[in-house]
Amino acid sequence: MAFSLDTNCGLLNHNIIGPIYCTSTIFPPDILITQFWFNYRHVANTLSVYRSVKRLGIPDSHIVLMLADDMACNYRNPKPATVFSHKNMEFNVYGDDVEVDYRGYEVTVENFLTPRSKRLLSDDRSNILIYLTGQTGNSHGGNGFLKFQDSEEISNMELADAFEQMWQKRRYNELLFIIDTCQGASMYERFYSPNLMALASSQVGEDSLSHQPDLAIGVHLMDKYTFYLLEFLEEVHPASQANMNDLVSVCAHRVSVSPGHHTDLFQRNPGSVLITDFFGSVRKVEITKDTINLTSSVKSGSGDMQIESLTYVDQLPVAEIIHQKPKQKDWHPPDGFILGLWTLILLVFFQTYGIKHLKHIF
Amino acid sequence: NINDDTLILLFILLDGTKNGETFAPAKDQFQEELVIRPLHSGDIYASFQFRTLWDTDFLQEGQKKVSHYRLFPKSLGQVLSKFSVQELHISFTQGFWRTMQWGQPFIPSPPGAELWVWFHDTVSDVDGNWKELTNVLSGIFCASLNFIDMTNTVQPSASFKPLGLGNATDHRFLRYATLPREIVCTENLTPWKKLLPCGSKAGLAVLMKSEKLFHSSFHSQAVHIRPICQDEQCTSKAWELRQTLNVVFDHYTSGQGKKEWSLFKMFSRTLTEACPLASSSKVYVDITDNPELFELSPATPLLSQAVVLGDRRTYSVYDLTRAETFGQLRSFNLLLRWKGDNMLRPLLHAERYVAGFGLQTGEIHTVIYNNHPYRAFPVLLMDSVPWYLQLYIHTLTVTSKSRDNKPSYIHYQPAKDRHRPHLLEMLIQLPPHSMTEVTVQFERALLKWTEYTPDPNHGFYVGSSVVSALVPSMVAMSTNFTQDQPLFSSFVPVKEESSYFVRVYTEPLLVNLPTPDFSMPYNVICLTCTVVAVGYGSFYNLLTRTFQVDEPSPPLAKRLANFIRRIRGVPLLA
Repeated sequence: MAFSLDTNCGLLNHNIIGPIYCTSTIFPPDILITQFWFNYRHVANTLSVYRSVKRLGIPDSHIVLMLADDMACNYRNPKPATVFSHKNMEFNVYGDDVEVDYRGYEVTVENFLTPRSKRLLSDDRSNILIYLTGQTGNSHGGNGFLKFQDSEEISNMELADAFEQMWQKRRYNELLFIIDTCQGASMYERFYSPNLMALASSQVGEDSLSHQPDLAIGVHLMDKYTFYLLEFLEEVHPASQANMNDLVSVCAHRVSVSPGHHTDLFQRNPGSVLITDFFGSVRKVEITKDTINLTSSVKSGSGDMQIESLTYVDQLPVAEIIHQKPKQKDWHPPDGFILGLWTLILLVFFQTYGIKHLKHIF
Repeated sequence: NINDDTLILLFILLDGTKNGETFAPAKDQFQEELVIRPLHSGDIYASFQFRTLWDTDFLQEGQKKVSHYRLFPKSLGQVLSKFSVQELHISFTQGFWRTMQWGQPFIPSPPGAELWVWFHDTVSDVDGNWKELTNVLSGIFCASLNFIDMTNTVQPSASFKPLGLGNATDHRFLRYATLPREIVCTENLTPWKKLLPCGSKAGLAVLMKSEKLFHSSFHSQAVHIRPICQDEQCTSKAWELRQTLNVVFDHYTSGQGKKEWSLFKMFSRTLTEACPLASSSKVYVDITDNPELFELSPATPLLSQAVVLGDRRTYSVYDLTRAETFGQLRSFNLLLRWKGDNMLRPLLHAERYVAGFGLQTGEIHTVIYNNHPYRAFPVLLMDSVPWYLQLYIHTLTVTSKSRDNKPSYIHYQPAKDRHRPHLLEMLIQLPPHSMTEVTVQFERALLKWTEYTPDPNHGFYVGSSVVSALVPSMVAMSTNFTQDQPLFSSFVPVKEESSYFVRVYTEPLLVNLPTPDFSMPYNVICLTCTVVAVGYGSFYNLLTRTFQVDEPSPPLAKRLANFIRRIRGVPLLA
């Protein structure tokens, strides 16, 4: 139950002249785990956080986005390829440049905790942001676990253990965990690794509320906590000095439920931690004016190659197909069951009718 | 374009003489085109094709290994060399192509995702390469191709011959798989667009806005990579990467009911320039049925005739590399206005459906129509059925015009539970102007409870059947391969003049399997625990409970009276 990772700070293959460094790299997985059309708001939640994070500078190669159901191209969506977060279809959070890493049936507990492909390549200088949204238990009740796709669940102990394994393997420097579900605070109760900060949209015993329905689409578009979170993040830009205390207080006064936060395990004072430490990233680029000599690729001259006339294959060679010999299957000796069955039959026969019939067989 | 090539040569030669080495540049070129074909029902069919040709060899080792990529995308080049792929065809489709209403597409594709790959004959472990290749492609295209495994991969023995050069046709190196359930959305289009040399910033790709493209009746994007002849004599081969995007806009949903189309209405954009890296950038509009069918503006003097799908069609050509196409406003917008109606009869058409009732047995019917008035032609039907539909091949019947039609070739590979699917390939001769029906009965299997998807009541998909045919052509086709043929007519290599090769996909099937009630374990546990608690509890109590007689406490008045009596020393009340 561990994140399987390499200590490689891989970046994109951009054609920038000069070396590229990764300092304070941020790896945020955004995860949505519920299915069905009426959970449209969970997709909108996740995509709005994804959008903010991309806007503040984190590239797609450092983001793992898991969406358990397809809302944008769902046949029920009156406007395909869009997911709106504000009513009257003002704000399309799906956009034109989205890369979903895990979708549909691939969103499982196993792929979340131990991804076999499309993993994060984080190291001990990386700050990780994890945003989860979905449903705990059935929408009212269910304490301490989170449902995946209506058929699996992950408990708060499993999450805490996974983070501890990550800490033991030095896979993160600081981790921010945000969860927007009912009774979200129950999910971070059991965390025990250092340098973890957790935010939840509701306390234990409280429900997280959804924000606005849209009459054209027919479902609720966003959850209240994420709505105010998004509003807050829209004002953050890459050089912003907003800190964690501002983030923690983002939803405190305006709604009826009280969001919770857990900063005991965090070593630094939350007031001194910048939002952009988790939500944004700045890549250092060094530009050099020296020219680079490209080594030549030696191509063999045409004199070397035999001039054989190449042809295209016939797409439906009817004559050839009709006369195709069936493949000779390898002959396998009869297996134990068949041998045993025939031995039994012969034994019974000879027992019943006597050995004198043997000469009629052979 | 000759000028570009010599320019490149000059550049590198200069550098070369400095270092004292001589080498030849890798020549690559890029062409893009858009074909617009108005359909008779008022819908419109737009087909984008982007072709990158590169004279190189991916399969070489050592020093000659390709390391400098210009127009060809690096991610695909690395995939080709790592897995020794000779041909790769992958398509993502949303919607079903309605042959009866829309005719034949330029490049057909089944609903969902389809991937078929020919590996080079030097590969020793084809299955291992196939597994890794699907995982890598699922990362590149953000699709769930990692669900392709041995339970839905088949090795067709006669269908899917290589479309490129090659003489190795041993079908051990071919793998074919479909995922009919795969959803196609913006996250698949985004990496596809990033493979183009100009991205989505210049050229025809600026028209690809996902909000309009996915609000359509049919949307299909595909990548085809194969080696082809470089010239007429075919002495050397080059790698060709074709990215195609076919989309059909419905005039009711996207057209607001009016049979009037323009580039702006279809794509919410107009063209402003050709891709600077393209050697040719053209827009073709099919005007064969003009002027009775529709009115086209702006008019263009350039016309071109091409033989495509067995028919000679006339096209208006707009060359985007010439500045006068864009006119005064520096923007190019086509306008088509409908005038009349006309019916279309495609020559080959196929359907498939499930018959029967209940959740135990069923029947798959595949119906193939030959609409040619007097010619018969052979078709190769390939069916790949998942293992949980157990086919009874002894019930297979092929009837044409209510008489038995015996196929001249049958290849059947039975399924192995949880290991591989059924594969049935048949070569059937279709009589002229007839309907051929292929039926086979099946039984539904009961899966283990962990094998059900999270939403099992949706049903389980069975991939489309593939019908490959050589359809007689109405017009003689040219077997010469020339470089300046438009891309849409040069996809399938033509071997004989009188017929053309076409592939038709049927509908995928959605079959309900007997689904257990997943809440039953909870119900059973509750019920059993209740019964055990009530039964055992009562029994235990009966055995171990002892009864004692207990005086009820007397009322207050009596207690007071007893208290006084005790003081007085008189016997107490009962």
